[in-house]
Amino acid sequence: MAEFEPKVVAFVCNWCTYAGADLTGTSRIKYASNVKIIRFPCTGRIDFMLLLKSFANGADGIIVSGCHPNDCHYTSGNFHAKRRWIMFKELMDFMGIDMNRITFSWVSAAEGARWAEVVNSTVDRIRKLGPYVSYKQMVNTTVEEEVINE
Amino acid sequence: MNSIVSRAKELLENKSVQVIVGFEAGPTGKARPAFVTYPSKTDILIFDERCVQNLAVYLTKKEVKQFGKIGIVATLPIMRSIMMLISEQQVFAENIEILGVSTEGKYLDIADIQVMQGYIEKCDLSNPSNDQETLAMLNKMSMQEKFDYWQNELSTCIKCYACRQACPMCYCTRCAVECNQPQWIPVQANTHGNMEWHILRAMHLAGRCISCGECGRACPVNIPCHLLTMQLADQAHKYFNVYAGTSEKMSSVLSTYEPNDKESFIL
Repeated sequence: MAEFEPKVVAFVCNWCTYAGADLTGTSRIKYASNVKIIRFPCTGRIDFMLLLKSFANGADGIIVSGCHPNDCHYTSGNFHAKRRWIMFKELMDFMGIDMNRITFSWVSAAEGARWAEVVNSTVDRIRKLGPYVSYKQMVNTTVEEEVINE
Repeated sequence: MNSIVSRAKELLENKSVQVIVGFEAGPTGKARPAFVTYPSKTDILIFDERCVQNLAVYLTKKEVKQFGKIGIVATLPIMRSIMMLISEQQVFAENIEILGVSTEGKYLDIADIQVMQGYIEKCDLSNPSNDQETLAMLNKMSMQEKFDYWQNELSTCIKCYACRQACPMCYCTRCAVECNQPQWIPVQANTHGNMEWHILRAMHLAGRCISCGECGRACPVNIPCHLLTMQLADQAHKYFNVYAGTSEKMSSVLSTYEPNDKESFIL
């Protein structure tokens, strides 16, 4: 069997991390190709349901990244996001959903090298953790249940 | 509780309220909500240890609002719900008359919202002690144990949304689960979708839950879903030092922020 290649989804804000990831490319810094970047207007726009949906659809890890505090294009979007992630993390920990699979970070438009580091460290970590079997099992048994019911 | 009855009668007689929301004894020996509109009918009102339902849920219903000004029998959780509803501008202080009941079951004379605020501030606002014990037990479990526990509990959910209907803070006329563009929550009841629904519900109540436990009591299949919102109520207090429903001016935890909010997990 081939070595496990993690699927990582990155939710990034348009103004900082997306531009930062662009800089990583233009600076010709190589980083893991496991990550699929999804661009959002702001970290404040990233709904917690999107994270759950990416796990349900086969993601093994998630990166959420945006502007550093005080640098938000919309002044306060990332502050609101920060509070939401604090609550979300506590709820996920309480329900036993693996928060080691989600990286939250602030990466500015000037931090191309840092973006590569965030992606590489996340992919390495997920590779060690392996595929997110327990969540996938829950989703798959659900699908099986429905087939039986039909 | 003669003082509740006499106060209710007085309010209805001098027409300062049009309806009293309180408790009456039901035919099966349980207490059930009562809506009294005539002074002569106030004798049915009771208050004892059976009266645990959070009556504040009726304040936002149009069938109750149409009467006009509402008098409501309110224990501490109901008072906190009213405070929360006022702060979110779902009810207005001038349309509410409080018939307070203390945690010991004594009648409290609550003239206005400021008096109620003063009373709430003096009370212990943490989660009920038996729920605290369960929370502590769950928090000690390993990640996989917790995941199995919740998967097991939530697999029985039939998506009746009684938890939502019973909750005074869940007053949206169009709930996220009823949206099908996009369909966030699958319609059918299955373990995965049930878990998504309960996460969504808990997150929408994060920092707004007033720990009355009504969602857990309303559940027909006894899912302890109140633990999810209570855990977040605990954490909101730990991180942001606020208890929901303590002031008519407060905004909920997730609709506001402080630049120096502390966390340890964002790189």
